[in-house]
Amino acid sequence: MTATEIAAAGSVDDLTPTLRVEHLEVTHRVRGNDRRALRDVSFQIGRRESYGLVGESGSGKSTVALALTRYLPRNGRVTGGQISINGQDPLAMNEHELRQLRARTVSMVYQEPGKALNPSIRIGRQVAEVYEVAGLDRSVAQDKAEAMLRTVQISDPGRVMGLYPHQISGGMAQRVVIAMALAAEPALLILDEPTTALDATVESEVLDLVAALRADFATSVLFISHNLAVIAKMCDRVGVLYAGELLEEGPAHQVFEEPRHPYTVGLLRCIPRRGQRKDAGRLDTIPGFLPSPGHTLPGCVFAPRCPIAEQRCREAPPPAFPVGPGRTSRCYLHDETSHLPRNTPVEVELPSSREATETVVSLRDVSKTFTHSGEAVRALVGVNLDLERGETLGLVGESGSGKTTLARALLGLIAPDDGSTVELDGTALAGQAKRRPREQLKSLQIVFQNPDSALNRRHTVRRLISRPLSRLAGLSGERLRERLNDLVRSVRLEERHLSLRPSQLSGGLKQRVAIARAFGGGPRIVVCDEPTSALDVSVQAAILNLLADLQAKEQVTYLFISHDLGVVRYLSDRIAVLYLGRIMELGPAETVFAAPHHPYTEALLSAVPSIDGQRADRIRLHGEIPSAANPPSGCVFHTRCPRRLSSGVCETTEPPLAEVAPGHLMSCHIPIDQLTILQRVEQDSD
Amino acid sequence: MTDVVVEPTTSVAVAHGRGEMPPWRLLLRRPTFIVGAAILLFWVICAVFGHAIAPQDPLAQQLLATNKAPSGAHWFGTDQLGRDVFSRVIVGARTILVISFFATVLGTVLGTALGLIMGYLGGLIDTVAGRLIEAVLALPLVIVAFLFLVALGTSPLTMIVVVGLVFTPLIARTVRSAVLVERQQDYLDSARLLGENRSYIMFVEVLPNVLPVVLVEFTVRLGYAIFAIASLSFLGFGVQPPTPDWGADISVNYGVLPAGYWWMVLFPALAIASLVVAINLVTDSIEQVIAS
Repeated sequence: MTATEIAAAGSVDDLTPTLRVEHLEVTHRVRGNDRRALRDVSFQIGRRESYGLVGESGSGKSTVALALTRYLPRNGRVTGGQISINGQDPLAMNEHELRQLRARTVSMVYQEPGKALNPSIRIGRQVAEVYEVAGLDRSVAQDKAEAMLRTVQISDPGRVMGLYPHQISGGMAQRVVIAMALAAEPALLILDEPTTALDATVESEVLDLVAALRADFATSVLFISHNLAVIAKMCDRVGVLYAGELLEEGPAHQVFEEPRHPYTVGLLRCIPRRGQRKDAGRLDTIPGFLPSPGHTLPGCVFAPRCPIAEQRCREAPPPAFPVGPGRTSRCYLHDETSHLPRNTPVEVELPSSREATETVVSLRDVSKTFTHSGEAVRALVGVNLDLERGETLGLVGESGSGKTTLARALLGLIAPDDGSTVELDGTALAGQAKRRPREQLKSLQIVFQNPDSALNRRHTVRRLISRPLSRLAGLSGERLRERLNDLVRSVRLEERHLSLRPSQLSGGLKQRVAIARAFGGGPRIVVCDEPTSALDVSVQAAILNLLADLQAKEQVTYLFISHDLGVVRYLSDRIAVLYLGRIMELGPAETVFAAPHHPYTEALLSAVPSIDGQRADRIRLHGEIPSAANPPSGCVFHTRCPRRLSSGVCETTEPPLAEVAPGHLMSCHIPIDQLTILQRVEQDSD
Repeated sequence: MTDVVVEPTTSVAVAHGRGEMPPWRLLLRRPTFIVGAAILLFWVICAVFGHAIAPQDPLAQQLLATNKAPSGAHWFGTDQLGRDVFSRVIVGARTILVISFFATVLGTVLGTALGLIMGYLGGLIDTVAGRLIEAVLALPLVIVAFLFLVALGTSPLTMIVVVGLVFTPLIARTVRSAVLVERQQDYLDSARLLGENRSYIMFVEVLPNVLPVVLVEFTVRLGYAIFAIASLSFLGFGVQPPTPDWGADISVNYGVLPAGYWWMVLFPALAIASLVVAINLVTDSIEQVIAS
């Protein structure tokens, strides 16, 4: 087939869907065994439609994308069903036709923009290449590339074209990748977790861009994400994938408002939403595990974890029942989903109400300056903070705001600058952990983001959890064994896990081991550095519940770092907002989340997509966090502040962190009354 | 098409400890490993039971049967003194295997310790040791060993020490870079927060994680050690005659090659080659199993 013929075939009428997938089945061959990765997956994407595929890791959502363009790994193949893209069947194509399809009809954008760009070719060249492949002249291609980069809102495309990929930020790189994907004016654009590696503020910009371009380019979109809120924001229709099967499908807002499959219901209940807080009750969870790949469940794949599964669910796979216009659910009991019983009781073992205020740790004037290639980088600047017994202080801010540096300075993993003091119960702590006595060491512990990195993979679970008991709690023999068993029970691990190594555990179980280790010595303060970011939603809920339970029981203080504001809000009593190493706002969680708040907090909040629909008027934050080596003058936020004062005071004077209400501190020149008026609209939506 | 084979991302089966095979089972599924290990095992048996296996006394001179070509009576022929080449090759396995094994063990132990210290402590120690290693590496291995042996005199013990010391910087460098990767991991911070001291962190936390690298490095170096020991023997620094030794036997007999007495040189040389190839086959398999 020649290029023109393909182009002709591509210009099919508007009624043919851009993508039609019917009964798709994909099998991977692993060590001589066939494992089915997708089973009977059918869906369509209409012209200019945006379709979302959601699912947890292992659900097969990326496999769908790879199968569509025949990019499956060598051991994977399509073993059944049909695919039709713009009326063409990629499964029947030869190499040449496949190249044409990938070059002209379908484009893909992946999670890691850094990996999608060739590090040794300048941006301009890479984008222009797309046009050259389409047969344009080199100079024309160059001009087109520049125009395209402007379309994806890169402000100085001429300059960016001369740069190499490592010289631009992640958000900018993802714009370039999107520019390249759209340059071919594809009929179908596949976005596979396109914003997962980006900060919330950057994510929101990229999502806005995709939404705007979709209208301009009349492209159909297949949007793959584990993030339900992102899908809710971006997609017209959504399909919920689980263990390689499409369990539920329908218009996005209907599926999320009124889910008709127990899995979707469970997934939505796992997410802290609508300002849900730990004192109001525990999150619901989905017990059990995804069936292993290559499973041979005769019935519904979700039946083993379903709270309402009946005999027939385990015997025969349910067909896709139509449950409304354009909606299907693969559940025999799709009528009962609105009153699905909870897996986890709501009741809280109520925390013995926190005694008024007992300061455990106070940070005074804590600064940290790194020297990076001769330049002083001020990662923390004069932070003052008190942590009280039994409370959770949420620490939020974009990456590069100094959250982790603050936590590490508190723990003594990095020594803060001279003049900084960290006090535990009124006693000044040595800057470095190795100079701190055992009593102090055991008071401060951490749960890291990534348990794979935090747990020594050569040690058994028993050894990992026992070590703090013997080192910090000074236990041995029978007493150690007793405490170990208590601890294992309290993080809901089982005795059989003790002899395993981390690689033999799932992500959630690993994080439980890490939590058990942190609690082994009987800590007063536990730093939680994004403890659920590496986990699936259903696992996240269980870990958050566990953290809340342990806190209620042990009266431990958390310094909780997360970029997920819903999670922070659920767990935190107070919140500190950090920007370029400075506290911008500090106050009780509900006060910080409700207007009036600091313009930076306001921007962070409005950047977060929500399952429950978007705020009417959002303020957008442009650009990225400036370098801490060369922070802006005056208020460090003024370069990006949407509410910057015209008087010029923001550019020249750094505002003090002043108390605007009891316990609520803010660093902003705008008087609080005025902020209240400016932000009133949003107060209603909270 | 992409040429990669990936497992589907679902790893939940592994979450319960099922489906995972112990590494040695994976090794036994590789034909290259089986072949390499079999050859190696053969030479180890020769080294241990050499005198029992050898059909004749390797030292017995038969002055009436010198320079005999391979035949039924003398499979590998006889040498200039009428000694049975086959028996000398069998018995000669011992010196080279023992010396190269212990030299490699010494080099691996010292190199691993040095690499751990350099990689974990970093700073000045790392810089100074790093430059020294580069200086040593700039000199050809055999020349360095040669200089030491001239200064210290030759004996199996000095050979072990000299080759071991020569290998130390090489191994240290590889272990150091593996330690640098481990240093990025959070479990080291966790250990610091438990108040563990440096040597505990280095040898109990980090070492087990770099052991695969150490193992590969050991087998690679063992192959090199065999070459080095054979070369030094050839130069006259190994075991002294009349003890059977592959390198020395080649050295003694290669002068008569032009006269057509090829068997006296070829069979010890083949023995060296087979041993090195066997070790490399084993090394490759181990590396691939670790990588998978």
